[in-house]
Amino acid sequence: MDGQWLTIGSTFLVAALVAIPCAIVGCYLVLRRLSLLGDAISHAVLPGIVLVYLHWETRTGLPLLIGAVLTGVLTAVLTSWVTSISKVREEASMGIVFTGMFALGVLLLTTQASQVDLDPGCVLYGQLELAPFQVTDVYGIEMPAIVPRLVVVISIVVLFFTLAWKQIQTVAFDAAFATALGMSVPVIHYAMMGLTAMVTVASFEAVGSILVIAMLIVPPATAQLLVARFHHMLIVSALLGVLAAAGGIALGYWTNTNYAGMMAVVTGIEFTLAVLFSPRSGLVLQAFRNRRLSWRMVSEDVLALLYRREEESHATPGVEVRHITGRWQRRLVLAWLRWQGWIIQRPGQLLELTDAGRRRAASLVRAHRLWEAYLHSEMALPPDHLHESAEFMEHFLDDVLQQQVQEAVGHPKEDPHGRPIPPGNG
Amino acid sequence: MSYNTWVVLIGVSLLGAAAGVVGTFAVLRGRALTGDALAHAALPGLCMAVAITGTRDLTIMLLGAFASGLLGVAVLAFLRRYTRVAEDAAVGIVLSVFFGAGVVLASRLQQQGNAAIAGLDSYILGKTAGITLNDIYQIGGLALINLVIVLALFRDFRLICFDPAFAIVQGRSVYWLDLLLMALMAATVVIGLPAVGVVMIAALLILPSAAARWWSDRLGTIVTLAGGFGIVMGTIGTLISDHYRGMPAGPVIVLIGVLIFALSAIVGPQHGWIARQWRQRQAKGATWTANG
Repeated sequence: MDGQWLTIGSTFLVAALVAIPCAIVGCYLVLRRLSLLGDAISHAVLPGIVLVYLHWETRTGLPLLIGAVLTGVLTAVLTSWVTSISKVREEASMGIVFTGMFALGVLLLTTQASQVDLDPGCVLYGQLELAPFQVTDVYGIEMPAIVPRLVVVISIVVLFFTLAWKQIQTVAFDAAFATALGMSVPVIHYAMMGLTAMVTVASFEAVGSILVIAMLIVPPATAQLLVARFHHMLIVSALLGVLAAAGGIALGYWTNTNYAGMMAVVTGIEFTLAVLFSPRSGLVLQAFRNRRLSWRMVSEDVLALLYRREEESHATPGVEVRHITGRWQRRLVLAWLRWQGWIIQRPGQLLELTDAGRRRAASLVRAHRLWEAYLHSEMALPPDHLHESAEFMEHFLDDVLQQQVQEAVGHPKEDPHGRPIPPGNG
Repeated sequence: MSYNTWVVLIGVSLLGAAAGVVGTFAVLRGRALTGDALAHAALPGLCMAVAITGTRDLTIMLLGAFASGLLGVAVLAFLRRYTRVAEDAAVGIVLSVFFGAGVVLASRLQQQGNAAIAGLDSYILGKTAGITLNDIYQIGGLALINLVIVLALFRDFRLICFDPAFAIVQGRSVYWLDLLLMALMAATVVIGLPAVGVVMIAALLILPSAAARWWSDRLGTIVTLAGGFGIVMGTIGTLISDHYRGMPAGPVIVLIGVLIFALSAIVGPQHGWIARQWRQRQAKGATWTANG
């Protein structure tokens, strides 16, 4: 049992160490709308990896790292070169470059497969399950062999971000502004491409070349939905990556499925939740806000309606409210108004305004008529063009604005239709 | 060559031609990488079909792939319409998360010892050798139907690619034509999966028309050439992959496409390197004469 937990623990360690640099570098890609270039690079490094492996018989060390950085830069250069010379769009030329390089890599891999112990499965979805069993000794501590390499990669990423923090941030948000400040955008750009390739190559063994895209793109895109500032985005993105690693391994272990695939699925779940429930832009919250606004407007319309009826005939206060569409909306709105103590319905009678309700309604009608007066005198609109706009604006003019409008039109007693403007609260 | 080989070659030719022609319009509409996302998104559907039926019936697998591919595209459209997630990030998200789900399902089936899942790898990297005669009839037939629909609606598709506003004025429904084009692209991608694989099928859509672009500025010529290049990619790729057993067809087909693209960049009579050099020289000559 202990051994099993140790295995899962060190698998998680590897996965988290993969997730962090991916999530950090990915923030730059997502902000600069280069997600697809990241996608392209993660495919394109394959031939580099296979060649280095065939030549040096290693998938670690300096040659691979340098090879990776060069391939990343090469992909970016090649893509912009193909775009500039050919008559096709950038996305199409990107498609050509990365599928071409990936095809080359797969072909090298399958034709030379007998000589190397890299199999196509590993290329596509990694071997996170096997990571804990390839151990190495670092100063007497036994750990998965990939860990020291990932630590080096994370150090390089963090070091680069610290040294070039201002440049990266400026270029990520506004490349034109960065150029105007005298920063060299191409230098930052190609350095970041190299960094992306390095991270991809280091993560390759663990999550493969397609699922690494999930770790590169999805946590930053999720973080972007949640926070606004760049350093917050980096931190949240890294945390989401680590969380996806933990969740992916837990679910993968539980259902006995591929860990890396499950990590990608968990990043997808995180993203879906953020799309729906993000406090900044979540769809559920937006829908709720819209609903609440429309309910407020409907309930205010009810108050204003009751007020006008009272005005028309003092003899029969109270009306039936049939105008509100939807039975549930009607019940809800009326319940809300009752709960606020703005309306009352005595047994056997129709709806009536309470004193508090009448004050609230008077303010609304006042806003409506003041706005009509304002449009009539300031915009010179004819009387039959006033109502529509006022019907909308009455919901948004508070006491202060009413005061200002009143002063602007010179304290009128009546609106352009000759109806009295109720006095204000102040 | 045996009867089987001929049938496979004809089937793959039809596939290549359909991909080239449909791909031309897809690339013009800026949907090249949507095709890539769609292909990756097809994987979980493929696995689900196997998991539910427990057999490897091609029709059902392709239907599953088609359904989940379209789901991926629908998610993409949803993200574009309702959120402020950038288009490129959305493509990356759909592509990788769906592919991850596919990998999870495939590994689950493998753990359960589901024999039908064996060789699912060939759907990822493509393998023409494993395709049965019956399968190739279906693939070829569907490719032919795709081809006929695109050619029948050639004028409408040309209109929505170059002047959607004029198409609306003409009373064409750009929305439905766009949707039809998307469905045709999805169908082409899905029937291409057994031969070319999830990862590289997008290249079969992009490369033929990108290569044809060097040869001409006229859409009719480009579509014809793209269809032809698609056929060449499909047939030569299949022959090589068949000859060297164990070599996946996808990468070979893609590399032949890259080769055609590179050659076209040099010899293409409209925009190719030689043509441009020739025209520059002539222009210089003309200047000389004018000055003299």
